[in-house]
Amino acid sequence: MATTTISFAETPLLNLVLRRADDALILGHHLSEWCGHAPMVEEDIALANIALDLIGQSRSLYDYAAQVEGSGLTEDHFAYRREQHQYRNCLLVEQPNGDFAATIVRQVLFSTFMDLYWREMMSSRDSTLAAIAAKAEKETAYHIRHSAEWLIRLGDGTDESHARAQAALDELWAFTGELFEVDAVERSLIDAGIAPDAGALRDRWHERIAPILREATLNIPSAPFMQSGGRSGRHGEHLGYILADLQYLQRAHPEAVW
Amino acid sequence: MSEKHLPLWEVFIRSRSGLAHKHCGSVHAADAEMALQAARDVYTRRGEGNSIWVVPSSAIVASDPTDKDELFEPAMSKVYRHPTFYEVPDDVGHM
Repeated sequence: MATTTISFAETPLLNLVLRRADDALILGHHLSEWCGHAPMVEEDIALANIALDLIGQSRSLYDYAAQVEGSGLTEDHFAYRREQHQYRNCLLVEQPNGDFAATIVRQVLFSTFMDLYWREMMSSRDSTLAAIAAKAEKETAYHIRHSAEWLIRLGDGTDESHARAQAALDELWAFTGELFEVDAVERSLIDAGIAPDAGALRDRWHERIAPILREATLNIPSAPFMQSGGRSGRHGEHLGYILADLQYLQRAHPEAVW
Repeated sequence: MSEKHLPLWEVFIRSRSGLAHKHCGSVHAADAEMALQAARDVYTRRGEGNSIWVVPSSAIVASDPTDKDELFEPAMSKVYRHPTFYEVPDDVGHM
């Protein structure tokens, strides 16, 4: 039986674009799962807004991936027609929503990194990536503002909200190391002035995150072991469920369009 | 959702510079910063504004609906207060 999975040559640039696109798609999808379930209607809409920002970013990036690949594939092919091991997202974004505190902690950890990353990418020699970064950076700045204010209130709130926020931070911290990993694929693009050096953002990220956690009265966990593998397609069990949801339609009805 | 922990805030949006902020609805939020964010997320998703005010609903002093006869009825019969007896030159535009 013919497969509906696409095949393509993954050049370094394509790999880079898919890393950013997959991060945005998977986190955007997770946030969209809150729609109709958030603690209050105002937050329901706020999370949906962030989800839409991220899915919008992923669309721009998948569209660019299709251009870079150049054989006639489209954004939908990249979003919906790859196997799990072909996804390049970091493990942090595929972690489940958990309770509201876990969703907020995940958002703070990711957005504070991405804001620094997009800012650097705005001066990429690749003009498409620079333009996508300029749009995404403004959106991401608000994602930090929103999630950080929530985290401060959860951490410095009631005993229960503090305990839940700290538990989420303890659980998710081990996935932050992967954000700063730079492999040979990315190194070549960094040297060419196309990609930001994620590894060089670590100290600035700490400077950004530390005051938020301090104000939230949360402790930075000591995580001697950092989880990683997402960038090379080694994902946890959670991603499979997300992809089953996301891909059902394109797998059942390949090439379906709106 | 208890009013004690999440009080109500009235939201005013200014759609364009130079116009007044107009009341557009209300949100629940724990404090002023979160109210501002909720207002942004709920009421400016489609580019409705470039400035937001939020005001605690409890700070609004409202007229009593049962007073409406004495407050507003007397104005109804004073048509001469409307400046409709003047010719406004076209060049003046909106007044």
